[in-house]
Amino acid sequence: MPEKPTPTNAHADPRVLTQLKDDWLVVELRGTWRITEPRPVWADLRGGLEARRVKLKWGKLENWDSALLLFVFEVRQWCRVQGAYCDLTELPVAMQKLLGQLLVANETKVNFDRASDFLSTVGFAAQDAWAKTREIATFVGECVLSASYLAREPKKFRARDCLDQMQQCGAMALPIVSLISLLVGLIMAYQSAILMRQFGADIYVADAVGLLMVREMGSMMTAIILAGRTGAAFAATLGNMKAGEEIDALSTFGIRPVDFLVMPRLVALAVMMPLLALYANCLGIFGGMLVALGLLDIPPAAYWVQTQSAIDLSDVATGLIKASAFGLLVGLAGCHCGLRADRSAEGVGRAATSAVVMGLLLIIVSDAIFAVVFNIFGL
Amino acid sequence: MIDATNTSDASLPAIDVAGLECGYDGKVLLKNLNFQVKRGEIFFIIGGSGCGKSTLLRHMIGLRPPTAGTVNFFGECFNTADAARQREMLKRIGVLYQGGALWSSLTLLENVMLPLAEYTPLTPFERQELAAMKLAQVGLTGYECYFPDEISGGMKKRAGLARALALDPAIVFFDEPSAGLDPITSRKLDELIVNLRDLLGMTCVVVSHELASIFAIADRVIMLDKATKGVIASGDPRLLVKDSADPRVREFFGRGEDARQKPSP
Repeated sequence: MPEKPTPTNAHADPRVLTQLKDDWLVVELRGTWRITEPRPVWADLRGGLEARRVKLKWGKLENWDSALLLFVFEVRQWCRVQGAYCDLTELPVAMQKLLGQLLVANETKVNFDRASDFLSTVGFAAQDAWAKTREIATFVGECVLSASYLAREPKKFRARDCLDQMQQCGAMALPIVSLISLLVGLIMAYQSAILMRQFGADIYVADAVGLLMVREMGSMMTAIILAGRTGAAFAATLGNMKAGEEIDALSTFGIRPVDFLVMPRLVALAVMMPLLALYANCLGIFGGMLVALGLLDIPPAAYWVQTQSAIDLSDVATGLIKASAFGLLVGLAGCHCGLRADRSAEGVGRAATSAVVMGLLLIIVSDAIFAVVFNIFGL
Repeated sequence: MIDATNTSDASLPAIDVAGLECGYDGKVLLKNLNFQVKRGEIFFIIGGSGCGKSTLLRHMIGLRPPTAGTVNFFGECFNTADAARQREMLKRIGVLYQGGALWSSLTLLENVMLPLAEYTPLTPFERQELAAMKLAQVGLTGYECYFPDEISGGMKKRAGLARALALDPAIVFFDEPSAGLDPITSRKLDELIVNLRDLLGMTCVVVSHELASIFAIADRVIMLDKATKGVIASGDPRLLVKDSADPRVREFFGRGEDARQKPSP
């Protein structure tokens, strides 16, 4: 019976010689077998040859790895299916051991399906939602207790950390807040100009921009910027600290992480947010003034007088109250997600994402509540 | 796996480090390093904390370029090779990082399958079979679908080893394999390294300062010193502990003896 060499380009390629002797099919393994290179396929080599007994023979093998192991496994499995005898005794001990391990791995059932059914999924989701609600409530409670404790023991308050956070979330945020607020003012002025012009009431652009910025957009846009910028940073920092067991180290020293890490951040945001909102209001009004001057030919002095007549102190106060509340909520969301983060790189990433989403959600919901409450009180 | 090298010249050492200078940010931590690692050897790089063991490892596996000198794998220079050739050479190298460095978003099986999917022409079924076998080799059968954060530190290291073995490397580097493990788990990991070396014929380079591991499995060691910025001793650790006249070497190996003796009141 002529030998059937596998197609080969180089001497070192994996090669298999098959030879039919009596009712034995002798399979000789040669060449270099590498897992990273293509290997001969048993079904192609075998062709139409049928045998009741197959002998695997160790030929001139230069190097081999799992590629050869997989080939031998393939032959053995074929023999098993065909009911043919497979003689592996000529293979070295290392190969036989590895083949044994591969067979065990092959016969071990891997349970890939870890998904649960629909009802269980809904149940787990409900349980999870309830647990998260409790966690948030507990965290808010911890913050209130911590605030009352620090009010009684002001020396324990980390004022230096708080100032550092004020720098980070306040002063460092000025460029982005400036740009966004100016653009928001410009956009609102453009949009309201379209409407006002139809009634010849161009000057009321100043009223619209002023009121909207001061009561709503100044605080909300600042809060949204800080939710993305500072809330995520809080979550990532605290999440990393948790992964690095820094939070555990604080707890073992009897220092409450909320006192040490959360309160300085909350206070910093609650203080800096109204200031940033006030700054955003000014920039927004300035943006409106630019559009009024360029598009409607309203002089800045007239625009300013009109703005002053439209806005009173209660409008500014409502905006600032909201800004302070938004600051607290963004800080709470960031710190809560950071402290509850999983102890892994992925967990930290998830915490940062959750902090932004939760922060935005809280901003919008609380803004709606503020709208209703201020309306009731006639503010 | 068995003599799985790029060269048929068996006389060449697995690793040949010549005149290597290691450092970063303008600082030189180690200079004029010269040593060879034989094929199939379990070779330890030892020394006190901060002497540059892990830095040397990072230079050897190409994560940091050396400021001077060469690292040759089976006679081929790694650091002067072009990027494509370096990539080819890296396929023959496995690394077990200190904490396992498993990809947290993938299951253990997927962690081992990823290099196979990236570099081999295997079918998905074959990849799965092989990955399951690698996990079985390190004793993690039944944990295929677990995520890294669901298993212990020792299991993470074993899974990291299974991933390092995925492409049947000719050389496996271990960065502090015993760090953070209890003595029993540490000993089991040592046994695993020896068993895998015997079975697969790979060369092992281990960075460690665990005396128990050094005496249990090391064929040869080099000892680095922070002050000298180089190798102060090399050879069989069992002979070094008896014969070395260098007080630094005796002090390092003496820690084990001291620890076993009850301190005098």
